[in-house]
Amino acid sequence: MVGAKYQCKKPIGRDRVIFNIISYIILAVLSGACLLPFLLVLSGSISEQYAISLHGYSLVPKEISFEAYKMLFKIPEELLRAYGVTIFVTVTGTVIGLWLTSMAAYVLANRDFRYRYQVSFFFYFTSVFGGGLVPWYIFNTKYLHFHNSIIALILPILINVTYLLILKSYMMSIPESLYESAKLDGAGDFRIYISIALPLSKAGLATVGLFIALNYWNDWYNAMLYLDEGRRDLYPLQYFLNNILTKAQAMNAAAARSGIPASDVPSEPMKLAMTVVATGPIILLYPFLQKYFVKGVTIGAVKG
Amino acid sequence: MKKTRHPFLHDLKENRVKWLMILPAAIVVILMCYIPMGGIVLAFKEFNYHDGIFGSPWVGLKNFEYFFQSGKAWTTTRNTILYNIAFLCVNTLLQITCAILLSELAGKYFKRITQSIMFLPYFISWVVVGAFIYNMFNYEFGAVNSFLRALGMEPLDVYSNKAAWPVILIIVSAFKNVGYGTVMYLASIVGIDGEMFEAADLDGASMWQKIRYITLPCIRPTVVLLFLMAMGTIMKGDFQMFWQVTGNNPMVLDVTDVIDTYVTRSLLNLQEFGMTSAAGLYQSGLSFILVLIANHAVKKVEPDYALF
Repeated sequence: MVGAKYQCKKPIGRDRVIFNIISYIILAVLSGACLLPFLLVLSGSISEQYAISLHGYSLVPKEISFEAYKMLFKIPEELLRAYGVTIFVTVTGTVIGLWLTSMAAYVLANRDFRYRYQVSFFFYFTSVFGGGLVPWYIFNTKYLHFHNSIIALILPILINVTYLLILKSYMMSIPESLYESAKLDGAGDFRIYISIALPLSKAGLATVGLFIALNYWNDWYNAMLYLDEGRRDLYPLQYFLNNILTKAQAMNAAAARSGIPASDVPSEPMKLAMTVVATGPIILLYPFLQKYFVKGVTIGAVKG
Repeated sequence: MKKTRHPFLHDLKENRVKWLMILPAAIVVILMCYIPMGGIVLAFKEFNYHDGIFGSPWVGLKNFEYFFQSGKAWTTTRNTILYNIAFLCVNTLLQITCAILLSELAGKYFKRITQSIMFLPYFISWVVVGAFIYNMFNYEFGAVNSFLRALGMEPLDVYSNKAAWPVILIIVSAFKNVGYGTVMYLASIVGIDGEMFEAADLDGASMWQKIRYITLPCIRPTVVLLFLMAMGTIMKGDFQMFWQVTGNNPMVLDVTDVIDTYVTRSLLNLQEFGMTSAAGLYQSGLSFILVLIANHAVKKVEPDYALF
C-alpha cells in the first residue's frame, strides 16, 4: 500500500539501494533461521539410523533411508488411532465451539440487546482473572469427571473469549438496516442469526473457526493433565508424539505391541518421522489458509 | 402488573431467544472459569479428595508460608518476570523491524515468501518445537554438536549448562512469535495515509527520515498499547513453551522454572494441592492487579483502547 507508485517518480537514491540490500539480507537470514529447524527434522527423518549414531543429525542426510517411515506404517494402529482422536476432537470442538461462539457473538453485537455491555464483561472478565490451575483441575476431575474422558480434550478450549470478541466486532459491522428489515418481515432472532448474520460474516467465521481448529489440533496439555497412561487409546496426536519424544521406551513398547523387536526400530529417525507426520497436515494446508489467519491477526490487533 | 417487575426479569422474558442463544457459551464459561474461581478458597485449606473443596479443613495462611519459605516463590517469580521482559523487548524489536522492512521492499514474491516462512512457526505445536530442540541440542546426535564436531570443536552440553537456557528460550520465543507480530505491525503500517509519504518525497526526505518521522510515530500508539497490555500479563509464564523446550530438566530448573511450570509439576508429581493453589492465587491475584494498572495506563495514553 505504501506502494510502488510514488517510488517510480524519482530516480532510486543511494539510501534506498543501501536500505534494500540490508532489508533483503535481514529478511533472508531471519526466514532462513525460521525454516532451518523444519529442514533439520525432515533431513533427520530420512537418515540412516547408524549414520546418525556415528555423525549425529545434519542438514543434509549422510545416507538417505526411508526405513523410519516404512516402520511407522508397519505399526500404524497407535498412530492412526491418535490421528483419529485428534481429527474427532478437532472437528467436534470446532463445529460446536464456532456455533456457540457465533450465537453469543450475534447477541452481543445486537444493539437492541439491553444487557450487552454487562454480558460482554461477564465473558471478558474470565480473561483477566482466573482461579488458577489447581481449583480448575480439582473441579474438573472430582465434579465433572474429566479423568480419562474425551470431554476433557474438548470442553476446556471450547469457548475462547478473544474469538468471541473478534466475531462480535465482525458482526457489528453488518449494516443494521438488514436486521431491521428482517425483523419487519417477522423474523425472530434465531432466524436472523441463521439467514443474515451467519452468511454475512463468512470470512470472520472462517478465520475464527481456523483458530479454534488449530488450538484443538495442537493441544496436548489437557491430555497430559487428564489422561492416564492406561488410556493410550485416547491420546491425541500431539500428546502421542510428546510421549514418543520424552519417554525412551515408548516407541519400542509400541513396536513390541505390533510384534516388532526393539532392535529393529530405527529409533532416532523415527522420532523425527513421527514429528513430520504430526505436523504435515498443518504445513500442507498452511499456504491455502494463511490469508484467513492474517485477517484474524489484523482484526485482533485493531481491537487490541 | 408486569410494569412493576424488575427490568432484568422483564428483559429475560421479552428477549428470551437472545438469552437462550447466549446460554450455552455462558454455561461453558461458568463451568470452566467462574465455578473454579470459587476454588481459590483451597489456598487457605488442607485439601483432601474425600472431603472435597468445601469439606476440607481451613489452615489459614500455612500454604502461603510453605510456598514462600520453599525459596521457590522468589526464583519462579524472578524467572517469570525477567523472561517476559526479555521476550517482550526482543520480539517487539524484531517484529517492528521486519514489518518496516517488508512494507518498504518492492519485491512482491520475496516479501510474500519471507513473510509466510516467518509466520509458519506460529502454527506448529509446542511439542513439535520440543522435537526441534531435541533434534538440535541433543548431546549425542544433535545437529549443533555434529556441526561442532565436524569443525573439530568441543561439543556443547546444553542440558547441564545454565547459561545456555535464557539464550535458547529467547530465540525460541522469537522463532515462534516474530511472524505473528510482524503481520500485526504490518497491518498498522499499511493503514498509514500514503499521502504523508508522497508529501515527504516532494520535500526530498530520505528513506531513514521517512521511517523515523512518519512510520515510527504512526505505529507508536499500537506499540505502546501492546507493550502496556503485555505488562498486564508479565506474571504469566508461557507454560507450554517452558514445559516443552526445557523438558523439565532438573539440572537447569533454577533458570528455567516459571510459576506456571512449578505449579503444574508440583500438582502432577506431588499431588501438592494446598501449596500449589496458594502459588496459583498469588500469581492470579498479582496478575489481576497488574492488568488493572496496565488498563489505567492505557486509559491515560489511548482512552479509546482501554479494556474497561
